[in-house]
Amino acid sequence: MSNISIRKVRKTYDKNEVVHGVDLEVAAGEFVVLLGPSGCGKSTLLRMVAGLEAITSGEIAIGNKIVNKLEPRERGCAMVFQNYALYPHMSVAENIGYALKIARVPKVERNEKIRSVAETLNIADFLDRKPAQLSGGQRQRVAMGRAMIREPKIFLYDEPLSNLDAKLRVAMRLEIRKLHQRLGTTTLFVTHDQVEAMTLADRIVVMNKGIIEQVGTPLEIYSRPASAYVAGFIGSPSLNMIKGVLNPETATITLNDGQALQYDLKRWPNLHAGEIIAGFRAEAVSLCNSSKSLTLNPQFIEELGVSRQLHCELAGEQIIVTSQSDHDVKAGIPLHVTIEPGQIQLFNAQTGVRLETEVYDVDASVTQIRKAS
Amino acid sequence: MDKHATFSNTWLATALIIPQLLLVFVFFYWPTAEAVYWAFTLEQPFGGSNQWVGMQNFQTVFNDSKYWNSVIVSIIFALATTALSLIISLGLALLVDRRLPGHQLFSFAYFIPYAMAAPAAGLAFRFIFAPSAGFMAAINEWYPNLWNPATNGSHALLLIILCQSWQSIGYNFVFFLAALQSIPRTLTEAGAMDGASVLRRMADIQIPLVAPTLFFLIIINLTDSFVNSFGIVDITTHGGPARATDLMVYKIYFDGFKAQDYSLAAAESIVLMLLVIALTFFQFRFVERRVHYN
Ligand SMILES: Nc1ncnc2c1ncn2[C@@H]1O[C@H](COP(=O)(O)OP(=O)(O)O)[C@@H](O)[C@H]1O
Ligand SMILES: [Mg+2]
Repeated sequence: MSNISIRKVRKTYDKNEVVHGVDLEVAAGEFVVLLGPSGCGKSTLLRMVAGLEAITSGEIAIGNKIVNKLEPRERGCAMVFQNYALYPHMSVAENIGYALKIARVPKVERNEKIRSVAETLNIADFLDRKPAQLSGGQRQRVAMGRAMIREPKIFLYDEPLSNLDAKLRVAMRLEIRKLHQRLGTTTLFVTHDQVEAMTLADRIVVMNKGIIEQVGTPLEIYSRPASAYVAGFIGSPSLNMIKGVLNPETATITLNDGQALQYDLKRWPNLHAGEIIAGFRAEAVSLCNSSKSLTLNPQFIEELGVSRQLHCELAGEQIIVTSQSDHDVKAGIPLHVTIEPGQIQLFNAQTGVRLETEVYDVDASVTQIRKAS
Repeated sequence: MDKHATFSNTWLATALIIPQLLLVFVFFYWPTAEAVYWAFTLEQPFGGSNQWVGMQNFQTVFNDSKYWNSVIVSIIFALATTALSLIISLGLALLVDRRLPGHQLFSFAYFIPYAMAAPAAGLAFRFIFAPSAGFMAAINEWYPNLWNPATNGSHALLLIILCQSWQSIGYNFVFFLAALQSIPRTLTEAGAMDGASVLRRMADIQIPLVAPTLFFLIIINLTDSFVNSFGIVDITTHGGPARATDLMVYKIYFDGFKAQDYSLAAAESIVLMLLVIALTFFQFRFVERRVHYN
């Protein structure tokens, strides 16, 4: 178990900077997930920690020791790759035991360890097989066994579940979490799947184009996304966001089609009039027929059993509304709804930054948040 | 669905393959048939049609100790050039595959020798290794007679081995490099994470994974050293001294065109052909099948 410190780390490939000065502290024993869309630099960051990629500038320390110049094998990390990277010419046992063989662990002891690791992962029956003779899920386990057997200070996972089918993915997710509970090894886990991030992480790091947008516990990130970008990434469905014009006198936001949303004036008493992004969760919308209601156009309906997701059009934008299955809703027939003003979140229309409550105006709030972070 | 492209028009298909068939026929099957004919006949002393003599030419060949000498020299030559060339080219490919700065330049430089004609390479080696004038002359100054391929048979053999290996390194290098580059990079990275050093990764991961290419190249190189070594011998040693570099393919040429015994040369070339066929058969039958992982 070791902590990881990433300080002002940048990465440049042929003059093209892909990681723009990342700072991150991972405490010993913590499970941190790097979340972001494909190409945002998650793998690059992870590989710099592993030592597979040179660090262009900045520092990475593992257990308070700067590792910039150390070879991968001197860093004490084990890694699970997306495509598993099993050695195709070695049996499962040889794959798992390779690190110990390199470390000159005597054969008897090595075999014992291989067996015990294989038993924890339920692959003891396949020890003699070659990777090509295994299913995706079994290969995944072998890859994890190979990482576990070294009892590393740090586990690094690079999208380890994305090649599995949905059901297996959920099962393996659980096992990775259990493994972490049992061993308590510091873990950095890369994924582009927000559900994976939400379910696994102690803390999530949301990345966007080589920078960190937000760091926080899954709940913090879900309930108080730092930007429209994070809000659009987290939750299933993600936060509904819609552009409009803020009128502080009436505490409303006028949408493109002339309809208005009410926001909570008590939380933002000093906002200036102007463009704004309003965000609300699918569950915050309630179906009703009051005079203050908004009109939505349901376009299609996803039945989930417990509830339904209504994909609707509002002021020219797509939003998703959750409703009970017993409501009578039909695609194409306009729907009247209200949204509780307390459920509305606000984001700066230009920068996408979240407006915290009790600030003077839209622009000032941006500078304030910038300074704070 | 059928994976092969097929022609519904048989006439067009035939017309398209005829030029190729003609070439193969004129330059391969016809000379081969001619050689078989020569091998089983003898020329009349004063002209006229050839006389059928059955296995007599082969008996002459196999009873000649000079022929067996040539077989042994050829085998030593083939094994030594193949081993030397494969080891060096695999080493170079492993280094270039690490993609250190400038690796493209090295790939290019390593491949160049293959593009050089055998006589040109032979000439270059003749100068480089000339005992009295070339690079070796300087060494001979210090240790007289350390190197003299003109009188020392082992030196001469070593000279043609070096020359042939040097030439085939480029070809082998390209195959090895392609094979190494088709190994997913994450495999060597996984090896690095498992604690293996660069050399250990080469030995445990990269070389085993290029084994199919290695076996393929062993056969190709052996075949090549048997049949494609004429130019080098002709330029550098002429089979000498004292038949120390008298490779089978050179002996065929010498017996046929210098000693004018076509029948003997034909019989010898049939033997060489059978040897190459056997190697090729071995390649297809065993090697291609055995070494595959996925
Ligand atoms: N070896 C490389 N050479 C050049 N560019 C690279 C290399 N590896 C990654 N990149 C670029 O760096 C960016 C981040 O890549 P990566 O870290 O793999 O993203 P992610 O893992 O988040 O999908 C991408 O734009 C990618 O094209
Ligand atoms: Mg990636």
